[in-house]
Amino acid sequence: MLHETLRNKYEMVIGLEVHCQMKTRTKLFCSCPNNFGDAPNTNVCPVCLGLPGALPVISREAVTLALRAALATGCTVHETSIFSRKNYFYPDLPKGYQISQYDRPYATDGRVEALEADGTAKTVRLERIHMEEDAGKLLHEGYPWSKDMSGVDLNRSGAPLIEIVSKPDIRSAQEAHAYLTALKAILVYADVSDCNMEKGSLRCDANVSVRVRGAEAFGTRAEIKNLNSFRNVARAIEYEYERQVALVEAGHKVVQETRLYRADKDETASMRSKEDAHDYRYFPEPDLPPLVIDAAWRGDTLAALPELPSAKRARFVAEYGIPHYDAAVLTLTREVADFFEEVAKGSGNGKAASNWVMTEVMREMKGRESSEGDVSYSSLPIKPSALAELIRLIDTGAINGKTAKDVFSRMWTSGESPKAIVEREGLSQVSDTGAIEAAIREVIASSPEQVATYKKGRTNTIGWFVGQVMKKTGGRANPKIVNDLVKTALDAA
Amino acid sequence: MSGLTSMGMGELAAAIKAKKTSASEVVDAHLSRIAEKDASIGAFLSRDDDRARADAKEVDARLARGEDPGALAGVPIAIKDVIHVKGLATTCGSKILNRFATPYDATVIRRLRNAGAIVLGKLNMDEFAMGSSNENSAFGPVRNPWDLTRVPGGSSGGSAAAVSARFAAMALGSDTGGSIRQPAAFCGVVGLKPTYGRVSRYGLVAFASSLDQIGPLTRSCADAALSLSVIAGQDVHDATSSPRVVEDYGAALGESARGLRIGVPRDFLKGVDAGVMAEFDKSIAALQADGAAIVDIALPNAPHAIATYYLVATAEASSNLARFDGVRYGLRTESAASKSSLKDMYGETRDAGFGPEVKRRIILGTFVLSSGYYDAYYLRAQKVRTLIRRDFETAFASCDVIATPTTPSPAFKLGEKTANPLEMYLADVFTVPANLAGVPGLSVPCGFSNGLPVGLQFVGPMFQEATLLRAGHALERLMGAAAAQPPV
Repeated sequence: MLHETLRNKYEMVIGLEVHCQMKTRTKLFCSCPNNFGDAPNTNVCPVCLGLPGALPVISREAVTLALRAALATGCTVHETSIFSRKNYFYPDLPKGYQISQYDRPYATDGRVEALEADGTAKTVRLERIHMEEDAGKLLHEGYPWSKDMSGVDLNRSGAPLIEIVSKPDIRSAQEAHAYLTALKAILVYADVSDCNMEKGSLRCDANVSVRVRGAEAFGTRAEIKNLNSFRNVARAIEYEYERQVALVEAGHKVVQETRLYRADKDETASMRSKEDAHDYRYFPEPDLPPLVIDAAWRGDTLAALPELPSAKRARFVAEYGIPHYDAAVLTLTREVADFFEEVAKGSGNGKAASNWVMTEVMREMKGRESSEGDVSYSSLPIKPSALAELIRLIDTGAINGKTAKDVFSRMWTSGESPKAIVEREGLSQVSDTGAIEAAIREVIASSPEQVATYKKGRTNTIGWFVGQVMKKTGGRANPKIVNDLVKTALDAA
Repeated sequence: MSGLTSMGMGELAAAIKAKKTSASEVVDAHLSRIAEKDASIGAFLSRDDDRARADAKEVDARLARGEDPGALAGVPIAIKDVIHVKGLATTCGSKILNRFATPYDATVIRRLRNAGAIVLGKLNMDEFAMGSSNENSAFGPVRNPWDLTRVPGGSSGGSAAAVSARFAAMALGSDTGGSIRQPAAFCGVVGLKPTYGRVSRYGLVAFASSLDQIGPLTRSCADAALSLSVIAGQDVHDATSSPRVVEDYGAALGESARGLRIGVPRDFLKGVDAGVMAEFDKSIAALQADGAAIVDIALPNAPHAIATYYLVATAEASSNLARFDGVRYGLRTESAASKSSLKDMYGETRDAGFGPEVKRRIILGTFVLSSGYYDAYYLRAQKVRTLIRRDFETAFASCDVIATPTTPSPAFKLGEKTANPLEMYLADVFTVPANLAGVPGLSVPCGFSNGLPVGLQFVGPMFQEATLLRAGHALERLMGAAAAQPPV
């Protein structure tokens, strides 16, 4: 760990470039399915194979999704934008160039509200968003011929991407993590992408530099690639910050270069220097006319945008009276938010709904995910309406909180309704004062020493009596009634 | 029926439909002529005679069933080997494609087949359409049917020679800087480069995407009109194809040049061979006598067209030809070094696969797009291109079409200009401006100089092919040069 004094001396400056694969039905420039996991080279045609004579034609659906992303991040959408060719040779790039947007992207100047775990909010400005096509994939391993050669799978070639470039506004690894979390939430809400980093539908490169706090000029940056999780983004940034601070402290210069993060060693290593950087020879793609997004297209897309995380967060706080932090957690994905809201509405108790979802539901979810992988809220055995019913049972005094937790675990395993469980198992709360008073009499009669202690003025021992009575009633007695009756009985004893 | 190989497309289709002859008879007549004569010309790179005969039989069978096989029923055509025809290899006149077996038909081929045309085979060309003499073909030169010691022009040299030699009633060519019009002029046939966007480029192997257009080479303007009516129109596979409605170009041919305002840019017509100039002047006089108004116009930026063209076209070509890398299809050179290094494989494959002119242009194009040079070359060229386009717009305010010689000289000797690429490039001086501006151009035979055909070029405003064809049709009638047959 870097010493605190150095940490105070140097500020880290981070900009992130996020590649997001959009969930369109077809590829960006042809009608091949935008599917993954199929047998190699099955979702291909002359266009995405880059066969001579084939021409790209832009997908309207892809532009609409890209437009959603831009509108959801408050970008300025440009009516006319231009596609360009980025030229380089690589076996996964069948045309020898990638069709991308360069000097005239469709969207610029957006913003993302990032919320850190401690609740601090931070606005990260976006430089631009542009559309581009994905390349194919090289297959180096796992085939009978892998010893002698590599294969090329072009199923992904031509898949639609947006690249979201932030301004260098990020100042810590935590902020980077928070920004990515918020960005992902927006993109998932807006139905642009499933943003799954493991499946490669979200990819991130980090531009990292350091400067003495208070300095105006940025330091020389390194671009870090191969970041395959939010956690690794944060770790790589932290490593890179320390590496650069050490360099500067030792009187060396940071070189502009591309570095690769190695998760197994938790370090970055030089991949290529600025001198070796490709000259991509960008020029306007002559096969595609300028892309025109008119006011109607923009307007329709904006009107169809769902409520976004920040708006939902604010509404949850106002409507259900829950804390900002809870609202932030509950709006991380649309699924959780919808689940919560149904519980809150059905139970009429937003705070309880929030507590149940954030503790019991999320804990069970986590357990399930660790054993089964991705789990969707809609597939859970507990439906929001059932959880709402459980909360109503507590609120009406039919069961107590302790019983409710038992009922919850039974609901989780069996999927039964809480009422059915309570009735079958006879778990309803005992509020019958006669039964409770009988139990109190027994306890007082069998505990003269404790009664004497209480009588000496140690009134805080009342809890012990309450516990004994609860035990006698199988935990089902209404604790508030027990408390009141015990006090009355002891004072009268 | 005799004389089948000299008939026009409309005439042939009509005779076949009227059962005066059959598609099979027509195709056989052409195939035997090719078999007999093409050894001395070298127009064809590949043929599928069996497929052509089967297609002809199918047309005849449809007619027998009372169906209409289309406007080009049984008309034999041939295709420049830069346009994909499923079932035939595409070579682009290059070794690097290694007789690439294309899995799809170009849109133009689909349209022609739907109209009943019979594809006889693929035609020789300058490698990747880069050249003005057909001498850049990796598969040997094509000879001019009018004089076997001379070039047919290029890059659609095989197309012009095939139509001139009566091997096919029509041939498709592609025109990036004059590649249809210049060989048409050299071989004494009609060549039309449509407006950019009028004909789909899907299935045309790209040389320079913002300049390339497919067009017909025929023996009359009426045939060019008929061909264009079939191949033109928007295509969902080509985003640069125009949604504009396709006209009936044949109906617009008219009877004379009366009322047509023909602009002549005299200042631009420097360094033209005296024989060519004489034929050009005679044609202009004849058009005037026929009722056309001759207007003096200026194209002040046209002299910069060649320089501009060699920046724009090479830049785009350097990118378009990057896909020929030996990874997925075509040639792959595998020496010991290239087996272990990807870079070596790329280098060796491209070195062995591309000819010298293609390499020259890839290098030039790569250079003009390079960081630090882009603004000075590519961007500047685009600006000059805009000026050239404006020159045309200004000129078309005072005339309907512009007339120039198609080429500064008639067909030159094989080998005459191969040592000097710059001199070769100047063969396109009058044709290149139309590509840079996107406007249509038509070359029509207008006479002979020392026994060699001379072409006159009409250039028109965007999408005014009908006007061009009307002017060309009038010129054909006035000069009678299109009817002449080569000695082959």
